[in-house]
Amino acid sequence: MTPQIDTDPAGKEAVFQARGLTKVYSMGEVEVQALRGVDIEFFAGEFVVLLGPSGSGKSTLLNILGGLDSPSGGSVRYGDHDLSVYDDAALTRYRREHVGFVFQFYNLIPSLTARENVALVTEIAANPMTPEEALARVGLAERMDHFPAQLSGGEQQRVAIARAVAKRPDVLLCDEPTGALDAQTGVLVLDVIARVNRELGTTTVVITHNAVIAGMADRVVYLSDGLVARVERNAQKVAAAQLRW
Amino acid sequence: MRALTRKMWRDLWQVRAQAVAIALVVMCGVGTYIMFLATLGSLRDTQASYYREYRFAEIFASLKRAPDALGLRIGEIAGVNHVDTRVVVPIRLEMPDFDEPVTGLMASLPDRGPPGLNALYLSQGRLPDPLRADEVVASLPFAQAHGLDLGDRFYAVLNGRKQPLTLVGKALSPEFVQLLRPGSVFPDYKRYGVFWMSRRALGQAYDLEGAFNDIALTLRAGANAQFVIDRLDELLGPYGGLGAYERADQRSHRFLSEEFNQLGTLASLFPVLFMGIAAFLLNVVIGRIVTMQREQIATLKAFGYGNLGVLGHYLQFVTVIVAVGVIGGTLLGIWLGQRLSLVYMAFYHFPYLQFSLEPMTAAEAGAASLLAAGAGTLFAVWRAATLRPAQAMRPEPPARYRETWIERLGVKRWLSQPARMIFRHIQRRAVKSALTILGIALGCGVILTGLFQQDTVGYMVNVQYGMSQREDLSVTFTEPTAYRARFDLLGLRGIEHVEVFRAVAVKLRHGPRSYRTAIRGLEPDGDIQRVLDARLRPVSLPADGLLLTDYLGTLLDVRPGDSLLVEVLEGNRPVREIPVVGLVKEYLGVSGYMELGALNRFMREGPTISGAYLSVDSAQLPELFTALENMPRVAGVAQRVQEIRNFNRVMEETMLFFTYVATMFAVVIAFGVVYNSARIALTERGRELASLRVLGFTRGEISYILLGELAVLTLVAIPLGLLLGYWMCYYIALALQNDLFRVPVILAPATYAFAASVVLVAAMLSGLVVRRRLDQLDLIAVLKTAE
Ligand SMILES: Nc1ncnc2c1ncn2[C@@H]1O[C@H](COP(=O)(O)OP(=O)(O)OP(=O)(O)O)[C@@H](O)[C@H]1O
Ligand SMILES: [Mg+2]
Repeated sequence: MTPQIDTDPAGKEAVFQARGLTKVYSMGEVEVQALRGVDIEFFAGEFVVLLGPSGSGKSTLLNILGGLDSPSGGSVRYGDHDLSVYDDAALTRYRREHVGFVFQFYNLIPSLTARENVALVTEIAANPMTPEEALARVGLAERMDHFPAQLSGGEQQRVAIARAVAKRPDVLLCDEPTGALDAQTGVLVLDVIARVNRELGTTTVVITHNAVIAGMADRVVYLSDGLVARVERNAQKVAAAQLRW
Repeated sequence: MRALTRKMWRDLWQVRAQAVAIALVVMCGVGTYIMFLATLGSLRDTQASYYREYRFAEIFASLKRAPDALGLRIGEIAGVNHVDTRVVVPIRLEMPDFDEPVTGLMASLPDRGPPGLNALYLSQGRLPDPLRADEVVASLPFAQAHGLDLGDRFYAVLNGRKQPLTLVGKALSPEFVQLLRPGSVFPDYKRYGVFWMSRRALGQAYDLEGAFNDIALTLRAGANAQFVIDRLDELLGPYGGLGAYERADQRSHRFLSEEFNQLGTLASLFPVLFMGIAAFLLNVVIGRIVTMQREQIATLKAFGYGNLGVLGHYLQFVTVIVAVGVIGGTLLGIWLGQRLSLVYMAFYHFPYLQFSLEPMTAAEAGAASLLAAGAGTLFAVWRAATLRPAQAMRPEPPARYRETWIERLGVKRWLSQPARMIFRHIQRRAVKSALTILGIALGCGVILTGLFQQDTVGYMVNVQYGMSQREDLSVTFTEPTAYRARFDLLGLRGIEHVEVFRAVAVKLRHGPRSYRTAIRGLEPDGDIQRVLDARLRPVSLPADGLLLTDYLGTLLDVRPGDSLLVEVLEGNRPVREIPVVGLVKEYLGVSGYMELGALNRFMREGPTISGAYLSVDSAQLPELFTALENMPRVAGVAQRVQEIRNFNRVMEETMLFFTYVATMFAVVIAFGVVYNSARIALTERGRELASLRVLGFTRGEISYILLGELAVLTLVAIPLGLLLGYWMCYYIALALQNDLFRVPVILAPATYAFAASVVLVAAMLSGLVVRRRLDQLDLIAVLKTAE
């Protein structure tokens, strides 16, 4: 644990602050320690890439940050609020007001068009952009009235990003957003995420298995066996378009 | 429209066929409920306003003869409001158009003014002129049955004298809404009628001038009916009173009340059954939708939709389906209710029908349907609402398949690979397979409930008139008669066999319970009239003691060996104790039976009879009728075939309508269930089957896998459904039983076959639909979208 872990070198305040975060899943007699005491901060406006082998607890950490799950121990603060003591209703409100999610398999509602999928979220948000604007941001102004089944994987993921950012969330949490996409499409999607991070100043955490993507980040957090193994700061960020894998 | 609402409509559209099937089931439930309650409400309203407008009496009593002055004293009993004394006598008639025996009841009308109580509704003509002894008003159904016009003439035997009568009016009376000959449960308007003539004329004919033999009265508000009855019995006792009784025991009213009770019972049974099935279907469909939309729900929650939002979303879905069913069902119910009311109006002689449907009834049906649907889907919807998003996001672990016990039995090598898939799938989804089987079984069973009354009624007739009351004719005397009348009868040409009987009107008491009925003394080892034991074998009458209809035993809470208190309602009205020695089986009516000699001894009388059962040579029937009519003491002659015919006619007209409606609904439900099961199987396994197609399986092969499963489940469900159906019928029969009749549960093999065929046909048609869908399975679309 390093002393300067509390503040960003640039002096920004921590959006998330996890201390001794643990998560245990019990499946019958077997207990799985998904997180074993994670200490980490995420700062306002930064772009963080979360790396680590399969089963190291990346999704678990992200889910807890996003209020989809509650930790078994330790604390996790969002700004001044302790998420670990939130009940279900409070977590729901938290997700509604502050968090945007992007998932590996897009998770669009198949019975709704692209526009309606975005509207689903803007309708319950306090200060959203219009679905049209959100879709224009991800370059899908033309395909707004298509149903998910009529879109390619990359397009579906861009709709998902539009849906996540349309409410102008404070944090954007992406779990393997390019996992199901080819390199070219993946770059396109990452570019959209980076632009949202840049233009809207949304704190962004992206999980990936692809170490190349780490180049885009302000910081790279390596998880291993439920613990933060190391944190690296990129002196220079690489634009998504420059990534090759 | 909100995006979530849009999702609801689109999801609904996706499952539209199933939604329609469920809405239809709801519609059947609400439809039957409204039909019964609208009919019941309308008949009750009609009855109430008819009784009120025509001043139907509240207490009734018959007696031998009392001076008019006694009427005034009766009027002074505390609580009595209005008293109407009159003369009422049973009569025989001779109709010019009809040479079979006709009997009836003649009641007097006051010489001045209309009757104070039990007023007549004159549909045509006028009341008799008190100065004309030959003028009568006839009950409208009788006049119609004989095509009588005003001014037509016919004859009545009044006090043994044949007298010409002229029809001056046709009327209905609140006393005879249900018009039945005493001792008969089915109307026969051609052979039985009620007539009214002036008090003066009738009194003269029966030596009852300045006297009465029948009394009706009304009570003041809050009066104690039992007190009035007791006082009345005291006052009438010396005048041969036969025991006063309340409106509840008045025959016509009694029948109406029982019918209304039955309607009420049906109104609760069938809709509950139908709604239960609808709730079950909704549970299955919503449950599976929720399972399939697991990840969608998780996504909604990830983006901040709360538990209530998700709950509301799926409840909205359910509500739309139910609302369609409720609206359709209400309209259908009103339409059917009007039909059913008219069917009843053919048997109940009300001057008019007030058809009405309480808005509350419709609202109740709607609320009940929503509640049932809510209860049925609560679990599934709750599961959706409380789904933990993080968990739901993870794909479900791959299903664990095992070898089935069928395979392990050693038949494995005879099962093809697809057949193994069928059995493994059924076994792995044991609970869901069981639910599907249960659903189809319910659909199958419900058909039996629609049809069973028909089978049963045939059986009842057969037992009642084929095994128990096997006479060709029955003759009743005007009053108890010496035994030797038997030989007079035997002397008539055409009579082959005579069995005499004694019938005594009684009130049976056991502790606080009592029941008015008759004890019949029969010849020992009679062949015409027999009483049957529980297994329908003839019982030989015990030398002493009383046999009771089993249901009367239940009503009075007596078992063989117990003693009953018998209040005789004739002669000097003795009250004596008698042991009950056994119970006998009877489907129609309830009464007590004794050996003839034992009953005579019990009555402390010589060999006395009230009538006789005859078997006759049918070729001699017309002459025999004439001969019997001319016997001085014969009050009436009844023909058994007519009873059977009347029975069948009533059943045809009332039951058939109901059977038809219930069966239609049951078929709809059976189809709904089977079709739903097939469609759900398709949605759930579409992906897997598409994958098989991709692997190179043919359409036929994947159809075999899916439809084979449906076939296996259907074949298991049918016998179970027949069993369930039998139980449902059993409970319906139990709920419908009363002292007028008990319905045994009899289901003909053809009925079972019909129910099974409906389900099979439903399964085949559903299979065809599914098969067509399978043929159109879009392989790419199925594989492209992640589930
Ligand atoms: N709901 C759950 N029930 C039981 N165990 C779970 C559950 N969720 C996660 N785990 C276990 O917790 C550990 C961490 O899982 P997590 O999904 O966080 O890993 P991950 O780093 O995201 O892996 P991947 O890169 O494969 O997505 C794993 O061993 C996983 O099996
Ligand atoms: Mg993961």
